Amino acid sequence: MSPSDLRYAKTHEWVRVEGDECVVGLTRFAVDQLTDVTYIQLPKAGRKVSTGEGFGEIESVKAVSDIYAPVSGEVASVNEALNSDPGLVSRDPYGAGWLARIRVPGVPDLSGLMSAAEYEAQVSGSPH
Amino acid sequence: MARPLGGPVDRAPAGVNNGDMEGFSPSESAKPRQTPLTGWHVAHGARMVDFAGNMMPIQYSSILTEHHAVRKSAGMFDVSHMGRLLFRGNSALDWLDRLLTCRLRDMAEGQARYSLVCSEAGGVIDDVLVTRWADAWGLVVNASNHAAMLDWLGAHRPSGASLEDITQATAMMAVQGPDWREACPAFIGSIVDGLGNYRGRMLELGGLVWRVSRTGYTGEEGIEIVAPAQSATSLADSLLAAGVAPCGLGARDTLRLEAGMPLYGHELDSATDPFQAGLGRSVDMKKEFVGKKALISRMGDTTFPVRVGIQLEGRRAARQGDAVLDKSGKPIGKVTSGAFSPTLGHPVAMAYLDRRHARPGEDVSLSVRESMLEGTVCPLPFYKREQRG
Repeated sequence: MSPSDLRYAKTHEWVRVEGDECVVGLTRFAVDQLTDVTYIQLPKAGRKVSTGEGFGEIESVKAVSDIYAPVSGEVASVNEALNSDPGLVSRDPYGAGWLARIRVPGVPDLSGLMSAAEYEAQVSGSPH
Repeated sequence: MARPLGGPVDRAPAGVNNGDMEGFSPSESAKPRQTPLTGWHVAHGARMVDFAGNMMPIQYSSILTEHHAVRKSAGMFDVSHMGRLLFRGNSALDWLDRLLTCRLRDMAEGQARYSLVCSEAGGVIDDVLVTRWADAWGLVVNASNHAAMLDWLGAHRPSGASLEDITQATAMMAVQGPDWREACPAFIGSIVDGLGNYRGRMLELGGLVWRVSRTGYTGEEGIEIVAPAQSATSLADSLLAAGVAPCGLGARDTLRLEAGMPLYGHELDSATDPFQAGLGRSVDMKKEFVGKKALISRMGDTTFPVRVGIQLEGRRAARQGDAVLDKSGKPIGKVTSGAFSPTLGHPVAMAYLDRRHARPGEDVSLSVRESMLEGTVCPLPFYKREQRG
């Protein structure tokens, strides 16, 4: 169910490497847990982020959750469409609901991230 | 994303969080209690949470869907976690009259009233619903205050009165929304036939007692049903078959917030008096009750903050504990509840503010997770249903 061409953080972000940029989003599992997303706070382009750093927030009707950078680099752009339609992240988390593109100098370090199978194993063991 | 997803069960949303459990000792370390409907909720796909020692549904489909169902048609809530107490005997009325702030002696049979219970210092120990049933006085207390209320009642018990705690033997369900009447089983409808708001009636059926009243916690019309525990799942089944949406504590919280209703642990606590909370109409200063002396002296003191509504711009919600500032950046109070209002389409909050800044129309700033949001003080409630007929 999780796309096999992506890499996953244990904090439920996904990463797709495209040239020298990493596209970052939230997993289906994460957005299903949140439901009713009302607002997504994303960093400004140009901000430097390090792996594991809180760089955004996703807010649902009831709860606020941090979004963590799955890779280190510089924010190249964010998905502006989420400002007017935060529900995109729930409807299409691996496509139109992407969050940000992070520019990574050199080869991105994905060693701390999981494969789709490993991530599936993590969330299937997580009661919901 | 790790924060809300890490626990063994979903954290309760603000408004039903575990911080409300202070003072509730029996269940803190014990296994959460199953209500007569806990299994029903799980079977119907609810996401469950331990709320004040009870396994309760937070949501089934989504908070928004459930919220709109109550505003537009009808929704059902398991509220069995709340404490249900019956008082009997010659001095039952005197017992309650001394501990509740509202007037009781003029209540007709079947009448219900909202009341506060105050400490000697005038702070709110609990907010309750009192009903004069045909066979007893009934009190519904908050789950988080249940144990403390039993202690408080026990400490003030006169001779000639008895207390029966029927919480375990019964279930309590609320059916709320404009279509509640059509959605109810016929025998439930017949119990409340012809009754107005804040009126109830009891019915004995096959040796089992049902108590139904025209009350609720959503700002919509509806009823609350105290049913025999063994009848709870069949009641839920027939409501579901009639098209009533099962709703969790999440929607219950956004609905009550829009309706400007206080939640104990948020708008009310033992340091807050009823007048600060804007609940003076539930206090009868012509009678004697525990806390009255302290309230008289507090009434003249304008330094206590008062409860207000705040409308926010944008989409980000303020949450309990967020600071409220005046236009010069000076702190003037704190948010007690906040959420994105599904009905109004913008965030709303309740807060306690310095009285000088509590007038509707006052522009304020809210410090929300390192951002400043703009808001305006407004009258409560945020939402008022259209009167029908």
